Order: sequence, then structure tokens, then C-alpha cells
Amino acid sequence: MTEKSGQSDPLYRELILDHYKNPRNFGTLKDAASEAEDSNPLCGDEIKIGIKVKDSKIADVKYVCSGCAISTAGAYLLSEYAKGKRLDDVRRLDRKFILKMLGINPGPARIKCALLPLKALKLAIYSYLGLKFKGTLGNP
Amino acid sequence: MDSKEIEKLRKDFPILKRLVNGKPLVYLDNAATTQKPRQVIDAVSAYYASSNSNVHRGVHALSEEATEAYESARKAVADFIGAESAEEIIFVRNATEAINLFYYAYALHKFGRGDRLVKTILEHHSNFVPWQQLAWSRGVEEKIVNVKQDFTLDYDEFEKYAAGGRTKLITVSHISNSLGTVNDVRRIREIAEKNDSLFLLDACQSVPHLPVDVGRIGCDFMAFSGHKMLAPMGIGVAWCRGELLERFEPFMFGGDMILKVGLKESEWNTLPYKFEAGTPNVEGAVGLHAAINYLKKIGLEKIHPHGLQLANQCVSELESPGIKTYSPPNGLRSGIVSFTVPGVHPHDIATLLDREGIAVRSGHLCTQPLMKALGVPAVTRASFYIYNTKEEVGKLADALKSAKKVFV
Repeated sequence: MTEKSGQSDPLYRELILDHYKNPRNFGTLKDAASEAEDSNPLCGDEIKIGIKVKDSKIADVKYVCSGCAISTAGAYLLSEYAKGKRLDDVRRLDRKFILKMLGINPGPARIKCALLPLKALKLAIYSYLGLKFKGTLGNP
Repeated sequence: MDSKEIEKLRKDFPILKRLVNGKPLVYLDNAATTQKPRQVIDAVSAYYASSNSNVHRGVHALSEEATEAYESARKAVADFIGAESAEEIIFVRNATEAINLFYYAYALHKFGRGDRLVKTILEHHSNFVPWQQLAWSRGVEEKIVNVKQDFTLDYDEFEKYAAGGRTKLITVSHISNSLGTVNDVRRIREIAEKNDSLFLLDACQSVPHLPVDVGRIGCDFMAFSGHKMLAPMGIGVAWCRGELLERFEPFMFGGDMILKVGLKESEWNTLPYKFEAGTPNVEGAVGLHAAINYLKKIGLEKIHPHGLQLANQCVSELESPGIKTYSPPNGLRSGIVSFTVPGVHPHDIATLLDREGIAVRSGHLCTQPLMKALGVPAVTRASFYIYNTKEEVGKLADALKSAKKVFV
């Protein structure tokens, strides 16, 4: 592999790598309204996400994760997006939205990495709302 | 094996000609499964083209041929691992099923509260989880031998855990699928003998690589998979010392495992059929037979040194400030090298290598307890086989250096 081909790799484009190396919104919320954890056992990716809620909207999101570039960058982008959005809207986000947000197609082997942050966030929202998360990311 | 020999045998493997992401395939995922030579593919194809039939019960010509093919494969396996008779060879799907056979057919009936079993932290989940279940369901005490800093088993701990007169089972892999460590089976046999314990050997990573003789090793039960030694998936072997196998209870009931079926009770078939209920994987056995012939032609004694040579080259080429390898000292190493690049997730490494046509495995490698002990969530693993070359190891090292740069 040449350095050039690696850098031009669409999966590892600048944006993803930047978020991976400098993850923002990283940490735990002291007074989280709801928290959820999820993992992708195949990779060893783990994420814990917490939310604060005000007027049925997400007031703040923080997460702690140990994972690959795709899941970590995804967690950041998702946390940025979710802030200020209505719980009901965020819990309806799907796989298509995530792929668009990341701007990549990770392929079947890595799709789980891309979807892990959304799943954890949904778990947190569902638990806050007292709903049962059925676990299908396509149709919440 | 010299480079000429390897070049020649590479021609037997059609898949090695293909490109992956526009680059020649560099297949370094052999501990997961090996590729198949033309000779194996042809044997399976020829079986379907000329002899396909169900075995054992038919009297027509095809059934006789299929039975002959299936049973001659059993004899070839027995001969290959030094079993005393073909009756000790039970065909199963894979090593996992073989170990489960021991669990359901023997361990569940014979072990209970007050008994102890000793396993190790480096076992594949298939030789780890069944014993947790045994501890849960039967109250058997489990002891887990750790690995030392040098990625070898702590044999002092082994001795200590096995002592005390209660150990009924010692179960261990011959070669670690994650670390490549060749475990000291002679020493483990001695520990088992001293404590009057059964000795189960998971030989998944050793039978494909070196001459394994069950008599010389002195184990009581051995499991391995065909697909890690050039044969098709779905065929594996459980070998058990005949006298012990006589004491197993059947755990799958149905056709072929019975001699006589009455309205209220049935009589079991003789060994090994008692443990092979239902239509078996004849094509798999035929493929395994062809694979054994292929490996014997190369010479089993030449395979491990070849993998070791590539592993040594791999460790020395990868060793740099930015890469950590998890490999035992040279003498105990085999053709498996796991590594991590601090700051880069193993899956990202594997994806970047895949872009260069290099197939490696990343993740916990079905050894989550070991990963925890090593303090990593996952690793990337390169594993070598007969068709891999020094040049391919060089490609891996180069690609890894470039992959690292992507993340700097």
C-alpha cells in the first residue's frame, strides 16, 4: 500500500480520521437522564452513551467508546447531530441516515461498526421513554 | 519447503489466482480456514459425478461405492493420526462438534460435584464454553491455567491446579489459535497421568501443520476440523481411545446409530456408528481423504517448519516501535502471528490490508478470555500455510507500515 492510496481511501477520508483521532463530546454526563451501553462483540467495539433531556429534546449527549475509526467517528457525528433534536425524531433515525452522515459505504463486514453508536443512542432514548427497543435499526 | 516447491504447489490452488480489490490475493487467514487444492475440489466433484448415493443401507452399486468412499476416508484419518482402529474415528461437522460430543456423550454423564477440570485461558471458545456449562449444570469445579508474560502456559500453575486427586479432565489446545504457542503436550500428558485425569486435546491448529500421533501424545480424546487442512467445511473428526469410547452414551438418536428398533426400546449400533446418527457428510469425508493424501505427498514434517519460518520473518519485520506482536519465544512459535498497532483498531487495520488484497483476521479470534488477559479488546492475526511465501510476508509488513501512516 502506498501512503497515497491509503489516504485517498474513501472509508478513511479525512473527516473520519479526524474524528477518530480527536473525538469530541467524549466523556460521561454527570446528571444523565438516561444511559445505555452496547457492544459489537465481533470487533470488541464498546460504547456507553448518555443523554440529557429538556422539553422532549436532547439537551446534551456524551459517550465513551473504545472502538474502530468508523464507530468512533460515527459516535461523534451522531452526538453533534442529535443535540437539540426531538427524542421522537432521533429514535426514528435509520441505517440510511447513518451512512449518509458518515458519507461512506462501509460494506457488510463493517456496517455494524457504523451502526453501533445509533443503536446505543436509541437504547438510551427508548429507556428514557419507557419503551422497549426491538433492535431493528431499519424500522424503529 | 523451498520457493520452487511452493511456487509449484500454489498452482494447485485455483483461488490464489484471483485478484482482491485489484491486487493479487495474499491469503493469511489460514488459522480460520485454508484454501482448497484442485485435488480436493476434483475429488468432491468426482464423487457427485459418479458415485453419489446414501451410505450403509443400500445394496445397489452406487451405495456400495459411496460407503466404500466414506469408510476408506475413515481409515485414512485413522492412519493419519495413528489411531489404533478406524472404529475410533467419528466423523462430525468440525472440532466444535467433536468437543460437544465429548461434553454430551461423556462429561454430562460422568462428571459431577466434587470433580474438577483444568483448562487454559488460551482456549478457543469451543474448548472453553462447554466446560463453563459443565460447571453450571453439574457443579464441576473449573480451574483456568494462565499464560505467562512470554505467551506460554504457566505449567507450575497447571501442576498445582491438577493436583489434589479430584481432577477428572484436562482439556487444552495443542497450538493456540490466537498466539500460535505450541503447548507442551508431553508435559500435559504427564500431569494428566500423574493425576489420573482424562486428557482432551483440541488439535485444530496442529493436525494441519505437523505429524500428530494420538498414541505418542497419549491423549484420550482429540478434536480437529477438516477445513483447516485443505478439506471442505462441514467435516471434522472426533477421535477417542476405543476403550473410553465404549463408555460414551449416544447423544443423537436416529438412523444409522441403531442396530435394532423395537416399539419401546432400541439397541445401539457398534462403534463408531453409534455416534453418527443420520446421513453423514460423505462429500466432506471424500474431500478430507483427498486433503490427507495431498498433505502426505508434501510431507507433514515439512509444513510446521515452513509456517514457523514465515512467522519468524513476520515477527522480525513487524517488530517496530509502533507495532506489538503477541508471539511466544521462537522455539514455541508456529505459523500464527497476532499483533496490534496502538491507536489503531484491529478492524481498521484489517480493512486497510484488505484494500491491498491481504486477507487477515481481526477481532477476539474466539478467545475473549485471552484478550481480556492480554488487556486488548481485539488483535489482528496473520496465519500461514503451505502456499504462503516470504514475499507475501513482506507485502504484509509493507502494507502495515502504510496503514499506520494513514492514522498518524
